[in-house]
Amino acid sequence: METFYSALIEYTFLQSALIAGLLASIGCGVVGTYVVVKRIAFIAGGVAHSVLGGMGAALYYGFDPLSGALAAAIFSALLIGSVRLHWQAQEDTLISALWAIGMAIGILFISKTPGYQSDLMSFLFGDILLVPQQSLWFMAILDVLLLLVVAAYHRQFQAVVFDEEYAKLRGVPVTFFYLLLLVLIAITVVLLIQVVGLILVLALLTLPAAIAGHYVNSLGKMMVIATAVGAMLSSGGLALAYQPDLPPGPTIILLAGSSYLLSAFFSRIASDRRARKTTQYSSRDL
Amino acid sequence: MTLKTEPVISLRGVSFSYHTLPVLEQIDLDIMEGEFLGIVGPNAGGKSTLLKLMLGELEPHQGRVEVFAQRPHKNRNRIGYVPQYPNFSKSFPITVEQVVLMGRLGLHPQQSWLSQLIPGRYTAADYEAAQKALHEVEAGSLAQRQIGSLSGGQLQRVLLARALAGTPEVLILDEPTANIDQRLEGDIFDLLRQFNQRMTILVVSHDIAFISSYVTRVACINRTLVCHNTDKIDGSMIQALYGEDVRMVHHHH
Repeated sequence: METFYSALIEYTFLQSALIAGLLASIGCGVVGTYVVVKRIAFIAGGVAHSVLGGMGAALYYGFDPLSGALAAAIFSALLIGSVRLHWQAQEDTLISALWAIGMAIGILFISKTPGYQSDLMSFLFGDILLVPQQSLWFMAILDVLLLLVVAAYHRQFQAVVFDEEYAKLRGVPVTFFYLLLLVLIAITVVLLIQVVGLILVLALLTLPAAIAGHYVNSLGKMMVIATAVGAMLSSGGLALAYQPDLPPGPTIILLAGSSYLLSAFFSRIASDRRARKTTQYSSRDL
Repeated sequence: MTLKTEPVISLRGVSFSYHTLPVLEQIDLDIMEGEFLGIVGPNAGGKSTLLKLMLGELEPHQGRVEVFAQRPHKNRNRIGYVPQYPNFSKSFPITVEQVVLMGRLGLHPQQSWLSQLIPGRYTAADYEAAQKALHEVEAGSLAQRQIGSLSGGQLQRVLLARALAGTPEVLILDEPTANIDQRLEGDIFDLLRQFNQRMTILVVSHDIAFISSYVTRVACINRTLVCHNTDKIDGSMIQALYGEDVRMVHHHH
């Protein structure tokens, strides 16, 4: 641990990595909360993986892969959203198809791009230690955008993720806000790809929010706690990985996974104890 | 306020089918201000479909549905709705207060798409209205409870409060007491009788005997409007509605 701290002071690449983790945790806390309570992790997974198509195309045509990823993420979010809204009968089939097709397109483009084959791994698994300064700015802008949209429309998002039918009866344009939510997910996916790569995005998008969900009864609190949990997990994973020279992405994910299991276990015990206490009190009342 | 002579909700020759199955045929029905209308009928007789048409969730295949003399979705802000089944997961991290506040969405008098895009948080007036609605259904103490921790009767009151929070002129309830026991059913209908003094109420039920002591009028739906009267409910009417095999039990309230 101590070596991590001294290295952190010394090396700017570690500082950038830490900042990238913190910036990503804002997205995973805020948007991840909606994903978890609305139970659309599968849709988020489809968006995350089909992003490879956009990154591959951007590389091939010589654009910045991150803007390619953003464009592809938003495109596939809207595509998957309309599949879900209009072809409900085959929703899961079509989303898994888009999931794989996006990746296939990406792999083809990357294989035809001279000199870029070796970078395939860093797209798939991310490399938080190689996040350039300008990407940090890009991530910060995306975070600000996310927070602005959520601050402006949290009422509507809450209504849509809680009870779509009732929201519609209150005149909330449910389709619009559902698609907007998927676009926010797409933006978050792009944030997280920087840290853990697109294969592992799903865990970081859902686990901090799921951990927070064990302890709170409001979406607002869930977002704040999930962001804090995400920040701890990404910095903790980074620190753990440093000494034995492990890749930070998978370390962060394993830390998140084990934290989730522990949290699920303890919150279950706590709620059992509460229930037993309540039973004792009420039987005393009788 | 509308004139007494103009119906609050009016259906003219309304028909609706799911695929090739006709659910409603040629329904004519006027609901006047201040009424407490019970809509009864057998399961799958089209009661819920009728509500969905009035709420603007479905469009009639034939005929016209008007709410305050306009198409239903133009006046959603003046209607409160209590669904039959809660349409959400019980583990959802949300307090009762936040659920009731959702009844405050979409109250902008201009019922347009753009008015729904006005950003912002719930106002102090919204919180006040939610509190008031919770007190009206005698559930003020539940405000900070998680929605999944409520009993069936408490949940029903909260869903009623959500509908009241928007200060509706018409309250529409779909089998509001389907999931709770009979004593609580009476409590809910006593509340509705109070609210009827200031709003029109429509309630769907399959329990014709129970609601007959509360409502001012009954409309019986079984694909068509079988009967439509204020008279005492008698055996022949029930037979027309449900077929021959129904035994009638007289209640003395």
